Amino acid sequence: MANDKSRPGSLLIKGGHLIDPAAKINAPMDVLLREGRVAEVALPNKTRGGADEKFDARGLIVAPGFIDLHVHLREPGQSYKETIATGTAAAAAGGFTSVCTMPNTAPVVDTPEWVSWLRNPERAAAVNVFPVAAATRGSGGESLTDFGALQRAGAIAVTDDGKPILDDQVMRMALRLGAELNFPVVQHAEDTRVTQHCSMHEGPTSFRLGLRGMSAAAEAAIVDRDVTLAQQIPESRLHVAHLSTSDALKAVRRGKRAGHGHGARVICRVTCEVTPHHFTLLDEDVGEYNTHCKMNPPLRSATDREAILVALADGTVDAISTDHAPHAAHEKQVEFERAAFGITGLETALALAITKLHREHKIPLTRIVELFSAGPARVFDLRSRGSLARGNFADVTIFDPKKRWTFEAAKSRSLSRNTPFDGWPFTGKVVATVVGGKIVYRTE
Amino acid sequence: MMQRLHPQATNKPARGSLLGIEHMEAKDILGLLKLARRMNPLKSRPLLRNKRVVLLFYEASTRTRSSFELAAKSLGAITCLVLSSGSSVEKGESLLDTGGTLRAVGADVIVIRHPSAGAPHLIARHLDIPVINAGDGMHEHPSQALLDALTILKHKKSFKGLHATIVGDVYHSRVARSACHLLTKVGVPVTLCGPPEFVPEVASTLAPGLRITRHVEEALRGTDVVLLLRVQKERLAGQKIRVQDYVARYQMTAARLKLARRDAIVMHPGPIIRGLELTSEVADGPQSVIMDEVRNGVPMRMAILARALGKAR
Repeated sequence: MANDKSRPGSLLIKGGHLIDPAAKINAPMDVLLREGRVAEVALPNKTRGGADEKFDARGLIVAPGFIDLHVHLREPGQSYKETIATGTAAAAAGGFTSVCTMPNTAPVVDTPEWVSWLRNPERAAAVNVFPVAAATRGSGGESLTDFGALQRAGAIAVTDDGKPILDDQVMRMALRLGAELNFPVVQHAEDTRVTQHCSMHEGPTSFRLGLRGMSAAAEAAIVDRDVTLAQQIPESRLHVAHLSTSDALKAVRRGKRAGHGHGARVICRVTCEVTPHHFTLLDEDVGEYNTHCKMNPPLRSATDREAILVALADGTVDAISTDHAPHAAHEKQVEFERAAFGITGLETALALAITKLHREHKIPLTRIVELFSAGPARVFDLRSRGSLARGNFADVTIFDPKKRWTFEAAKSRSLSRNTPFDGWPFTGKVVATVVGGKIVYRTE
Repeated sequence: MMQRLHPQATNKPARGSLLGIEHMEAKDILGLLKLARRMNPLKSRPLLRNKRVVLLFYEASTRTRSSFELAAKSLGAITCLVLSSGSSVEKGESLLDTGGTLRAVGADVIVIRHPSAGAPHLIARHLDIPVINAGDGMHEHPSQALLDALTILKHKKSFKGLHATIVGDVYHSRVARSACHLLTKVGVPVTLCGPPEFVPEVASTLAPGLRITRHVEEALRGTDVVLLLRVQKERLAGQKIRVQDYVARYQMTAARLKLARRDAIVMHPGPIIRGLELTSEVADGPQSVIMDEVRNGVPMRMAILARALGKAR
């Protein structure tokens, strides 16, 4: 067909079913991408412009590109676990078009130079990388980093992830400075004063295995304190990372309710994210010391998981994030108490969401797409992302919600294999991932 | 239902391994006890002639180590003691590499004591020889529970109708966890007694047939077996309970022991701290079988080693 109307760098996604929660679209639509932006969203066969490439999306869901607010890509310093290149390749295979990297690398990302280093094209990222910088120097929890300089260098939030900001005064100052700059403070909520030497959730399983347990209260107490602090600081932004307990959710609900003062004035913004492993697994899945079920926060009780499922459905949770935490085999094949915390998650997130949340718990696909796109975009104010409105970035995730497949860790694009989901049968698979109008992943 | 979690190592522990009591069946337990009654450390039986038993100890031990070693030697085996200090472990060798090395030098069975819960399970999943857990962190100490059961049997003839009471620091105790599994499996209900710091409510979920009381008098009334646990002062340090309070409320005294059945026996895995969890009067009294337990350690461990190497007949 003659293509005289088409321009270079245009892609037409034809015949798919578009779910764009922010634009309130849930219907068959064609999407035309041009020069890195969304050029047109139209009823089937109604786009006006031509394209030099077409993608047949019949039978597939077309969604705004997924955004992962919480990944560990291990660079700088630990490239034997993962690199920006391998981690973002895994992200692309998992349907993520943007990932937000945690700063607990070696060294810690606490300077504008390291933020720029992460964003440098030499890192060969397959998807957009948004660095989250350290909130305190060296994530030592004592003196705040230069938020303004970090933000100007391209950081989108601050955190001491892996560790909490424990000190009340430091947290208050972080929220206050964050409020001035409209910069979210991301908290790893764990009262480490009471979780020393602990390697899993405190409950019948930890007692049975003779392992010291982290109490649910150790998480909830910090979230509770943070919400209270945020409410005292106008326009502060608190984001609770990898929330895992029922009581922490209660604190977040309190924050969300009170965040809206009299009238329309917003006092503070409290948001939270949940991981696929916390809505899927339980503490008892540790079984006989399976280190692929060791992460922080730990897998929790059935009551906690139930509360998380309710909060995912009712809107309390803003985003699903993976907390993708790759580790080398030798760091997991050791005594449980010595094993590294964390699992990979980029390539299994959507499949777990569809298999567990949609099929088993009947959460609608529109809500799941929201939790992967519009929700996280709002949390970190990622402008022109999270929706396929005309003019927005041409980041698109295309998936087959009915495709059955089996995940094989050995075929992962991540450098590491530390996943509890090896060999799991799933329903729902990413078919293609488009970043800036270019297809960066496509199923074989 | 989703598929079970994929195991990290495809290997199952080798036949004859003893990793814990929790997953044993009552009939295996009773079989092992029966075998132990036939073992006589003084009359050597070369059942394990030329077999190599490696004792891999990452933690201090007097009773367990010496009795495993004597048990192996009584059966004609060659023993080799490897301590974490003075070995490659000090140089940073991983547990799996140490296990592989010991297998390569010709170990037929590894007896392991380790401060980390689950360490024997890890090594057993990666080796094709039986692994015997000689105590792993706060998890289990199966040979101790078995020798305690042997001691009970020798004094009580049968488990039928018995009731046992465990007093002390259950939370930190691998002996208590193994004892709870074993006794309840053979039909002996167990009462756990101590302050919440040592006996948290969750302890009752360990096995069916467990109950908890905070009152030592109530725990002792009518019981046949009193198992005391060592109370480490340094562990009391971080807790709300003070040493003198513990002594006042839970120490086994002659007066308290009178609440138990007249023929009740007093047990303790040792080492005992006189004046803390029990008085000297009780430790040295007629109802104390603490030295019997130590003595029974050798035939019990002979039976465990014989079973491990398939020489149980």
